[in-house]
Amino acid sequence: MTIEPYVFSNLTVVLLLGGVLLAAGFVRRNRLWGEAAVSLWRRRRLALCVLAVYGGIALLDSIAWKGGVPEGVEGVLPNAPYSIVDRIFLDSTEASYSAPFAALEFYGARPLRHPGAHPLGTDIIGRDVLYMALKGARVALLIGGLTSLIAIPLALLFGVGAGYFGGRFDDFVFFLISTLASMPGLLLLIALIMAMGRGTLSVCVALGVTSWVGFCRLARAETLKLRELDYVRAARVLGVSESGIIFRHILPNLAHLIVITFVLMFSSLVLSEAVLSWLGIGVDGSWGQMIDGARNELSREPVVWWNIAAAGTALFTLILAVNSVGDAIRDVLDPRTQGDAP
Amino acid sequence: MSPLLEIKDLRTAFPGERGRRDREPVHVVDGVCFELDRGQVLALVGESGSGKSMTALSLLRLVPKPGRVVAGEVLFDGRNLLELSVGEMRRIRGKRIAMIFQEPMTALNPVLRVGDQVIEAIRLHESVSRADARARARSLFAEVGIPDPEERLDAYPHQLSGGLKQRVMIAMALSTRPEILFADEPTTALDVTIQAQILGLLRQLQRERGTAILLITHDLGIVNALADRIAVMYAGRLVELASREDLFSNPLHPYTRGLLASIPALATPGQRLHEIPGVVPPAGRWPKGCRFAPRCNERFEPCDAIDPAETARPNGRRVCCHAVSEGRR
Repeated sequence: MTIEPYVFSNLTVVLLLGGVLLAAGFVRRNRLWGEAAVSLWRRRRLALCVLAVYGGIALLDSIAWKGGVPEGVEGVLPNAPYSIVDRIFLDSTEASYSAPFAALEFYGARPLRHPGAHPLGTDIIGRDVLYMALKGARVALLIGGLTSLIAIPLALLFGVGAGYFGGRFDDFVFFLISTLASMPGLLLLIALIMAMGRGTLSVCVALGVTSWVGFCRLARAETLKLRELDYVRAARVLGVSESGIIFRHILPNLAHLIVITFVLMFSSLVLSEAVLSWLGIGVDGSWGQMIDGARNELSREPVVWWNIAAAGTALFTLILAVNSVGDAIRDVLDPRTQGDAP
Repeated sequence: MSPLLEIKDLRTAFPGERGRRDREPVHVVDGVCFELDRGQVLALVGESGSGKSMTALSLLRLVPKPGRVVAGEVLFDGRNLLELSVGEMRRIRGKRIAMIFQEPMTALNPVLRVGDQVIEAIRLHESVSRADARARARSLFAEVGIPDPEERLDAYPHQLSGGLKQRVMIAMALSTRPEILFADEPTTALDVTIQAQILGLLRQLQRERGTAILLITHDLGIVNALADRIAVMYAGRLVELASREDLFSNPLHPYTRGLLASIPALATPGQRLHEIPGVVPPAGRWPKGCRFAPRCNERFEPCDAIDPAETARPNGRRVCCHAVSEGRR
């Protein structure tokens, strides 16, 4: 029995929304984080709104249900769930051209920038550019989010473990870090993807495996520092167990680092995927692939630029918003940039 | 009655420096013996690097790696702490022996409310409900003199002053009604006025609750204010152990006398302060005979060659000095 892709997609949405609600509840209850959130909102309203729009599009593109695929339409992604966004764009193809968003039209068959039908035009095989650009949001968030979810726990496990317990485990982790750091990242990435086969998950795993090293180092160094602090010693004198110390005293004090790393890592991962797409081993439906596909079209006469422009703008805006928010988060959360009230 | 805490010949060692051929372990605590009775305040004094803090950590079996306790006995209520399992030791730490630290600024977790930290300390060792633990934390806060205890429970450490933080630390340490409190330089990081308040608080708590206190400090003023008995440490050794009155009125060991003579408050104005020449030798480079001999102004023949044994004097007093054992003083 095979599980339909839309089941996974909906499940992910439920899990993600649950996680977001939990985090929001925590931020509301905890005063330190609540204040940080308010201050972040004050600093970066626009960027947060942009991120919300991207999130909303990705959400619409993730909620899917069975059936309803129009006859003869093969969807842009063969294995993707048939989502709300797909339904908006694909359902109306056959009915009439008067529908505002008709997709899968042949490039040659109609004017390239036919107003109404294709607000941003189509690509060489007649796919609606707006539609593809919107589909890319989900892929980008998936790559950034899923990979971070692989890389950060991995880095924490090794980094905090090595920093806290030291000894042999520390030696082992450092051996691992040095080994990974001594290999050219891109080659390792390509090798991993080749070994695992192409696909969203394998790209995420490959990116995750190659990108945890930096944060692992940071987590280890920070744990080494925290371990010697008086409140950790005090907890030990109080008879708190090792796991109690790690979960109550070490990890909460790494939380700001985790959030900052998550955000900064996110944008660099989305960009890495674009690089991989350019090399032909990216994720189907990503902006990177759009750019890669559009690259040859630039030499046509007249120049077909809207395709690459749409993908580039979408990518650029997301990265800009994420980085801007990440910057603000660092200002808000990093104790070194905060004035400590006496 | 046997003492509450009895330390016999405690030795704590760190492995020798890498690269040195012999790699002989360095004993930072070397054959320390003392007793602490119920409700008594014993002060452990000495210069930095004399092994005071390491002695306290050895008693709790919290010597930082790679150091370890290599010999001796720590009898607490008749049981040797050095032979307990990790779990048993954890139940004693915090529950029956608590500790407060030098730096109140870093001794509280900055991301947790101070009330929650005290509540957790209580609930770690006793099965009480959160509400009960909170009520107890509130009364503890009141007891250690924190104004508006109910509000302060919900404060984060950065919202409290140093003195208040130290009071929170004391409240946390006392939350499980320990029999012994280790106070590692409890007032060093505080202003003088706050120091006096905290000392007063410690004395009051010790009287009311009958908690024994092991006070680790290099401030003889604090010792004079609080201690019943005083143990002077030098280079990992306990050189003199005496009651407060005996030690201050008639110090026997030349090092003790040097320390007392160096107290600014006792010096004649306008005169240069007394100083003990030289510095404490680093651990592992200790001289062969008496460890204080190179800095001692009363040394004679045996001092450089023979390690002085302990001489017992009346009133439970013990001194390690050739001058004392040979009756020169």
